[in-house]
Amino acid sequence: MTVLLALILLPLAGALALTGLRSNDRLATITALAVSIVELLLIVPLWLAYDPGGERIQQASSMDWIPAFGVHISFGIDGIALLMIAVIALLVPIVIGALHSTDKLPEGRSAAGFLALILVQQALTIAVFAATDVFLFYVLFEIMLIPMYFLIGGYGGARRQYAAVKFFLYSFLGGLIMLASAIGAYSLAADELGQGTFDWATLVDVVSDAPASTQIWLFLGFFLAFAIKAPLVPFHTWLPDAAGQAPIGVTVLLVGVLDKVGTFGFLRYCLPMFPEGSERLAPLVLVLGVIGVIYGSMLAAGQQDMKRFVAYVSLAHFGFIAIGIFAFTQQAMVGSATYMLNHSIATGMLILVVGIIAARGGSTRISDYGGMAKVTPILGGMLLLAGLSTLSLPGTNSFISEFLVLLGAFETRPAYAIVATVGMVLAAAYVLWLYQRIMTGPVRGDALLGASPGPGAVEAPEAGAKKTIRDLSVTEIAVLAPLVVLVLGLGFYPKPVLDTVTPTVDATLTAVQER
Amino acid sequence: MTNVFLAQADIEAPPIDYAAILPMLIILGAACVGVLFEAFLPKHQRWPGQVTLSLLALAGAGVALGAYAGDSPERGVTTLSGTLAVDRPALFLWGTLLALALAALLLIADRSVEPGGAFVAQAGIAPGTVQDREQVGSTGMQTEVFPLTLFALGGMMAFTAANDLLTMFIALEVLSLPLYLMCGLARRRRLISQEAAVKYFLLGAFASAFFLYGLALLYGYAGSVRLADIANATAGTDRSDTLLFAGLGLLLVGLLFKGSVGPFHTWTPDVYQGAPTPITAFMAACTKVAAFGAILRVLTVAFETTNWEWRGVLWAVAIVSMLIGAVLGLTQTDVKRMIAYSSIAHAGFLLIGTMALTDEGLSGTMFYLLAYGFTTLAAFGVISLVRDSTGEATHLSAWAGLAKRSPLLAGVFTFLLLALAGIPLTSGFVGKFVVFSAALSDGMAPLVVIALVFSAVAAFFYLRVVVLMYFSEPAPEGPSVSVPGAFTTAAITLGVVVTLLLGVAPTFALDWAGAGGFALGS
Repeated sequence: MTVLLALILLPLAGALALTGLRSNDRLATITALAVSIVELLLIVPLWLAYDPGGERIQQASSMDWIPAFGVHISFGIDGIALLMIAVIALLVPIVIGALHSTDKLPEGRSAAGFLALILVQQALTIAVFAATDVFLFYVLFEIMLIPMYFLIGGYGGARRQYAAVKFFLYSFLGGLIMLASAIGAYSLAADELGQGTFDWATLVDVVSDAPASTQIWLFLGFFLAFAIKAPLVPFHTWLPDAAGQAPIGVTVLLVGVLDKVGTFGFLRYCLPMFPEGSERLAPLVLVLGVIGVIYGSMLAAGQQDMKRFVAYVSLAHFGFIAIGIFAFTQQAMVGSATYMLNHSIATGMLILVVGIIAARGGSTRISDYGGMAKVTPILGGMLLLAGLSTLSLPGTNSFISEFLVLLGAFETRPAYAIVATVGMVLAAAYVLWLYQRIMTGPVRGDALLGASPGPGAVEAPEAGAKKTIRDLSVTEIAVLAPLVVLVLGLGFYPKPVLDTVTPTVDATLTAVQER
Repeated sequence: MTNVFLAQADIEAPPIDYAAILPMLIILGAACVGVLFEAFLPKHQRWPGQVTLSLLALAGAGVALGAYAGDSPERGVTTLSGTLAVDRPALFLWGTLLALALAALLLIADRSVEPGGAFVAQAGIAPGTVQDREQVGSTGMQTEVFPLTLFALGGMMAFTAANDLLTMFIALEVLSLPLYLMCGLARRRRLISQEAAVKYFLLGAFASAFFLYGLALLYGYAGSVRLADIANATAGTDRSDTLLFAGLGLLLVGLLFKGSVGPFHTWTPDVYQGAPTPITAFMAACTKVAAFGAILRVLTVAFETTNWEWRGVLWAVAIVSMLIGAVLGLTQTDVKRMIAYSSIAHAGFLLIGTMALTDEGLSGTMFYLLAYGFTTLAAFGVISLVRDSTGEATHLSAWAGLAKRSPLLAGVFTFLLLALAGIPLTSGFVGKFVVFSAALSDGMAPLVVIALVFSAVAAFFYLRVVVLMYFSEPAPEGPSVSVPGAFTTAAITLGVVVTLLLGVAPTFALDWAGAGGFALGS
């Protein structure tokens, strides 16, 4: 059994174990945390075994599933999949560790169920990045929705039912259209080879030679699924609802990792399988990307709700990633691939910090806060750091990615790059404005002063903030520490990440440009 | 005189391949014995006697089928003067029908969920009368339902194997008449049960008339009712196309009605809702198999060469069916009606596979029938468990928060709904996949895309129930979930296991379904 399979099976086993721990929340949390930390440790051998200069797909394993349709259960990783698997393995223990400070589960629901769903989600997400059979990928792509649906619908905010169903239906529809394209690719292979197959590598060989008109249709099927997943304007409307209603930990996984399946899909499926279609339709994608950058930034600036703010920020970032991918230059694509990792780290941290703030103040409305840094300086610092990484300040991890995207895109698509640069300026504006409103100035706002009814209401208003507004505890700092280290560490030394993805990007790019 | 006598002696009885039709003979024979049981067994022995007889008959037919199918000729055989074609598709559909009927029979036989069973003691008593009020307390039941089920099943088996239109018509009546009766046997809500029976009967009679009219026109066209002869006749060009297409159209109306394909679906919601739930389960699963089995055979054997002419019409029918099923399903507030609309949408998907007329289309459609049958049977089994003081609580509002009170039942129902929605790792997904891939490779890409969109729309109303069960607060005076008896448990378990098995490891069933085509000769 490869390490990769162990990575997929371990969380499932953990989830199974958790179902026996319904009555003991504390033990359940410790078990889940232990499982996720072992999972994170398993990343080390996986990373060390990965040879950037080696095979395109490594750690491969395969077995027959439905021979009649040439369907295999086969897994393997390339550099980009490795990064994505690593980042979810990193984020899950952090989410579980922070659960106590960010989310309150609804009355009468045990932590075990929530944590089991998180672990199942982790296993499926890793599997979806590792799948090297298109059918298997589709199956996981859809199955992955189910735990997320229950996480949002069962544990989310007031409008959670609406958000959960909306999320599910959008992604499900996208997936179905992708299925039609996958079947189309399958029948192309069946015509060409006499025997149909869903094996990714074989399909890439066969389909990439298909006539342009066929490729465009098949491309559109896959593209739609991924554009909904990694939301590009105008397929994004589920994200603010889902991210706004989901519990914080779930939002971190949703925005941080799950949505990356979309951009990952562009790189792994759209470009190599349909090079001609990708090239023809690249302008369309670039336009959507640029609109996403500008529109997302503007809406982010206008948000009153912190969680929706993060969702729109992500919309802008997904626009950047899409521009980088469809600019078809090595720099831009490397930028996008690393952006997928850096966005997970930066946005993950931003969401967590926002979640902690919201849990302390009992409100997600930005206008309920003000001058919080006076009471909670460390929390303020964390928000500033996460924000600076979000706006890609040099020295933070996101800078190099965004810089590469713009640099690379400028070579081939200068107009788009210039417009997208405006997005960088806007990012600085909305992030700093958010920080300013929440953290600076005199202490004010209902959430902090306790004018709003609720636990810890006014005891002595003139004495300052209510008692629940505490600074980060040592545990919370420890939970956020890995993210701080990565934000700064990758900001100054991004080489390991760049080295890991570059060969994969080169292979993808060659596949496109050879045709 | 002697001449006449001698001449009579010359008439040879047609050869009968008893081994091939043994499964059907067992079922119909057992049905006749069941009728005798009703006449001669004392009242208290009827239920155990009938249940034993029916289960034995199903098991016997299954064994006979298995023994024959093992080394049946690849091209199939026609027997009884060519009126029945026992070929690989017929054998697969027979197996499907027997397996589904077994599960349905288990639901019918259950008497613990509803004290005395889901069937009324005396169906002849008019609802609302004094006698009717008296029989409310009784726990007797009309055990005639067992032989009726077997007759219907025998008719369905003949329907899927009928090689000429007249035999098909007889089979249609044999399968329909018992069903009309069984719909009116519900113990609770007698009025809507009887309304369902009357409605089904009247509309069904119209549909049969359409079928018969079409048959007559086709006979006028081809001079024969045999499917193979009609196929030969369409190869010639000097005959009246009007007769052919009018005949085919009327014939299809009759068949599509039975398959509850929109826009010939109007009976479906009312009948599904009014009939006793085990009978609804039986109808939803088995009638669909029989109807689509017959449609497949008629279209493939008799009308393959003219498919360019009729395919456009069936495209429209399929789209209308999916539209009606998916959109009207959204507005339903009754679980049984919702599943009824879902069956209309599924009929549209099935029709897509039926139209493909390729080997993949045939095996895909048959796989879909098998998968859909078990899922929907188990779903009705679950529905029969959620009850309040007036019987089954089928109104959706009663299902709110069910997961809190009985997580297992909610989990099982969620799984079945996801299967109906076509989520991967369930049989519903594999069924959709094989049907759609057959249609795509046969050049029906636009139709497949439309079907995918409707799949997503239909997914919404399945999800709505999941949302209700998991994310809503329970109604204060909500229904209780009965502890199922052994029979219902067995039926639901069977349905769930098959749904999962066909979703995870569909290879064996796909191989069976793809074992061979229709017997095309006479």
